[in-house]
Amino acid sequence: MSLVYSGVLSHAPGITGRADLVKNVALRDEFYARLEQQRQEILASGAEALIVMAAEHFANFFMNNMPAFCVGIGETYSGPIEDPEWLKIQKTTVSGAPDLGVRLVREIMQTVDTAYAEEWKFDHGIMVPLHFLTPHYDLPIIPVNINCQGPPLTPLHRAWAFGEAIRRAADSVPEKIAVVGTGGISHWPATPDSGKINEAWDREFLDRLMRQDKEALLSYSDEETYRDAGQGGFEIRTYIAAAAAAGGKGDLQFYTPDLPIFAVGCTVASFAIE
Amino acid sequence: MSLYYLQKFLYELNRDDGAQERYREDLDGLMKDFVLTDEERGALQNGDIGLLYVLGVNGQILMHYAAFLGIEWFDYLEQMRQGIEKYGPVRAGVYTMTGGGDSFTVEEKEKRK
Repeated sequence: MSLVYSGVLSHAPGITGRADLVKNVALRDEFYARLEQQRQEILASGAEALIVMAAEHFANFFMNNMPAFCVGIGETYSGPIEDPEWLKIQKTTVSGAPDLGVRLVREIMQTVDTAYAEEWKFDHGIMVPLHFLTPHYDLPIIPVNINCQGPPLTPLHRAWAFGEAIRRAADSVPEKIAVVGTGGISHWPATPDSGKINEAWDREFLDRLMRQDKEALLSYSDEETYRDAGQGGFEIRTYIAAAAAAGGKGDLQFYTPDLPIFAVGCTVASFAIE
Repeated sequence: MSLYYLQKFLYELNRDDGAQERYREDLDGLMKDFVLTDEERGALQNGDIGLLYVLGVNGQILMHYAAFLGIEWFDYLEQMRQGIEKYGPVRAGVYTMTGGGDSFTVEEKEKRK
């Protein structure tokens, strides 16, 4: 078995960019401490590469050619595309894992028609997780996008199948691989409603996720998600894929709706690899 | 169809240093590469976040554009609200306003006091 870690975390740009605006500093720092714990868990797993399954925000893909899935096989990546002062993350170059990426893509393609890309610019959806999980950018990264932005979106059951394909691919190579899914649960980002969170919806979703209740997880329609969890809720695809890759029950290490200045219910969790 | 090119303009601007340079030096020339209405061209010339929001530009694309323009976070939220007041509800897309214009953070409410 070479998948050695699977987890999820939030990635909203406010987590770094608006850190100084937060009133509840103690809760912010508790969240940061949980992210540091996640970094240490990935480090302890011996992971040689980190797959970041993200909800890309138009840094690479547009409606002229929108893939349902894409896997990065580049040697290096650059980011963030956003103003560094706005995101509070400086522009940098991140190492990829091209040889490993190609082998993973070959195996994933046996069951899922993924696109692949040798070029990829990182936006906050990947840069914020990297800021916490590999702050020195010394772990090779394989970026993955699941289309959560440009409708028609990737169906949830395909996100699950993709997670299973990631797992099968990771187990087919000798390298130790960690994977994280990163996105929001309910949130209304990039609207005047930024900061709106449906805590009850979040907790129900997280309960389904931690229990690995596949049927319940895949039962959300996009219409229901949009109504109850906002357009940001479409990013549950990344969490669902991480659960499918892991196979084991989840451990919800942190969730709070009480940092709305970050525009998302802040979440950290890991799954047992089974 | 025009909204597609308006968003594509901003998508390419947001991700490309060369496009950002052209934006600063020759915005009109840069816009000629895209099929845009007069209203859309005006919104870009004026950096009118409120109108771009109402026109239905995807929120993530618009947020990155606002950051590129150096607009402070709470001002950016307020400019979207003012856009709705001035131009009416969001005309397309999924980034509509559902909260009636309220703020959802204590930090913003305190700043507006």
